[in-house]
Amino acid sequence: MSSSGLIDFCYFLERTELNAAIQANFWIVPTMQTLHILAMASVLIGALLINLRILGLHGKSEPISSVIARYKSLVWFPLPVLLITGCIMIIGEPARSLTNPAFQIKMVMLLAVLFITFFLQRKWQKDHSYAQTDVISYPLAMLSLGLWVGIVSAGRWIAYV
Amino acid sequence: MNDILILIYGNPIAQIIRENEFLFPWVEALHVLAITLVIGSIALVDLRLIGIRGIKRPISNISKELLPITWIAFLIAALTGAVLFTSNALSYSQNFYFISKIALLALAGINMMCFQFIIGRNLESWDHYQQLPASARIAGAISLTLWISIIVCGRWIGFTLEPVLVAL
Repeated sequence: MSSSGLIDFCYFLERTELNAAIQANFWIVPTMQTLHILAMASVLIGALLINLRILGLHGKSEPISSVIARYKSLVWFPLPVLLITGCIMIIGEPARSLTNPAFQIKMVMLLAVLFITFFLQRKWQKDHSYAQTDVISYPLAMLSLGLWVGIVSAGRWIAYV
Repeated sequence: MNDILILIYGNPIAQIIRENEFLFPWVEALHVLAITLVIGSIALVDLRLIGIRGIKRPISNISKELLPITWIAFLIAALTGAVLFTSNALSYSQNFYFISKIALLALAGINMMCFQFIIGRNLESWDHYQQLPASARIAGAISLTLWISIIVCGRWIGFTLEPVLVAL
């Protein structure tokens, strides 16, 4: 996937003033990473509580829709923060991220999990009964938790690949 | 002190981590995952204590829902953290941000004990409160501040760690 277009784009980013500014200020990258992790904390606890409820492992005293209504903002609101801090890290070190297989896998998993999360929320948020999960939602909730674990792992692996 | 650290550094798990270049990032990934769940679950309780989020729900309810997740995640974070520490014990023990992180963890523990046994020992009595007493709100704010600082220190360790050579 390291096509020449992508490499050209990395060279372009490396010549921007923003790249120079990030490189010149040592504190920017760790600060962005810290904000990125804090935003992920919100996403992950929200995703965990919603998926555990769909799986029937936690919070069964309430309908799935109540748990979704309570926690879905924890999953969606931090996304702009993740996007902005992520982009700053990319601009600072484009070749370390964009052409990195760990980063590319992370983005694929991210798209997949956002799609599943959106689907599950759409499916359950209007169902106010105490209905149990079904044969589609159960594996999707499992997959979703697996993808989040994969996303965090791939994120850490960017530093090592 | 250095003798103890060298002993820790030389333990078999630490050696395995050092010899296998793939293990460290995996343990680190698990550590990050566990820590995000620790702070995520604690933050939800703290925001309720402060009165920012979920004020229509009783605090006893929220605490019962989230504390099991906090403890399981904390156990994983502590175990993986210990493994990461032993793999490079001398470097970590001389790092300012590592020492700060441990000190902040101790303070968070003390704050939690104060809340558990003194301020909030009877959580059910607040079940019909939306805004909690000032002592509870302060305990929540202190906890949230400490945990954010712990994450900050943790991330800075990776940028400031200096190798300390050990002759075993």
